[in-house]
Amino acid sequence: MTIRHILYLFLTLAAFWLLNSGIYSALMLSLGAGSIAFVMYISHRMDVVDHESQPILLSWKLPLYLIWLCKEVVVANAVVVKHIWLGGRSISPTLATINVTQGTDLGKMIYANSITLTPGTVTVDVVGNQFTVHALIRENIAALKVGDMDRRVSELEN
Amino acid sequence: MGTVVEISSGFFLLVGAFLSVSGGVGVMRFPDFYSRMHAVGVTDTLAASMILIGLMLQMPESLVVVKLILILLLTLFINPTASHALAKAALHNNLAPLLDKSGDNNAGDDSSNS
Repeated sequence: MTIRHILYLFLTLAAFWLLNSGIYSALMLSLGAGSIAFVMYISHRMDVVDHESQPILLSWKLPLYLIWLCKEVVVANAVVVKHIWLGGRSISPTLATINVTQGTDLGKMIYANSITLTPGTVTVDVVGNQFTVHALIRENIAALKVGDMDRRVSELEN
Repeated sequence: MGTVVEISSGFFLLVGAFLSVSGGVGVMRFPDFYSRMHAVGVTDTLAASMILIGLMLQMPESLVVVKLILILLLTLFINPTASHALAKAALHNNLAPLLDKSGDNNAGDDSSNS
């Protein structure tokens, strides 16, 4: 827990509190300061303040990745909606194991969550460097094995 | 300005409502637990985003927008985690997924069978 992590935690909590409150009287602000101090004390005692709890600092490439992910989510949604209205016969559920190249736990977490966030694919299990993925359509597994998303998540790691 | 915002808000809400209904229909139509989870994914992601964006446009210049953005972000972060936990629990308790048996036959993609 370095001074930088403490500072960022304080700024995040303060921004969160101020944006949610909207009433900036002296009483409310002091209550907010009190709750921020309390949360920081709890986080310190739980020892959860480290680089993994500050994903904002991960990489400057993160916004670009999120924009790309939004586009992927919209495209995948269109495909799943199409198959919903085509009916149960048009789908080909597949369970497959894919290899991942991320070195850190945080990278794997981002990749697994990205897969699950995209409709049509769900990460069922994570063992070492392999994900078990359930897909609604066989083509989704093929697309994951090409590794476009895998490469983009790996680029986020420092 | 007011009319344009009203119309786009209505458009987003309408698309979101359609996607929510699609997700519900998918839950009814798909054969097993895992494929139904993909249908719920539509309601989780794009439908929720569309409805929340439509609501943001209802009150464009107030702190409500920030709160709706926070709801959207939390939804998008929590849903995959919950889906993963659900799917993992199902697989580890030996709920076998209903898999496609048609081998390399790719006819399912564009056939108008329904």
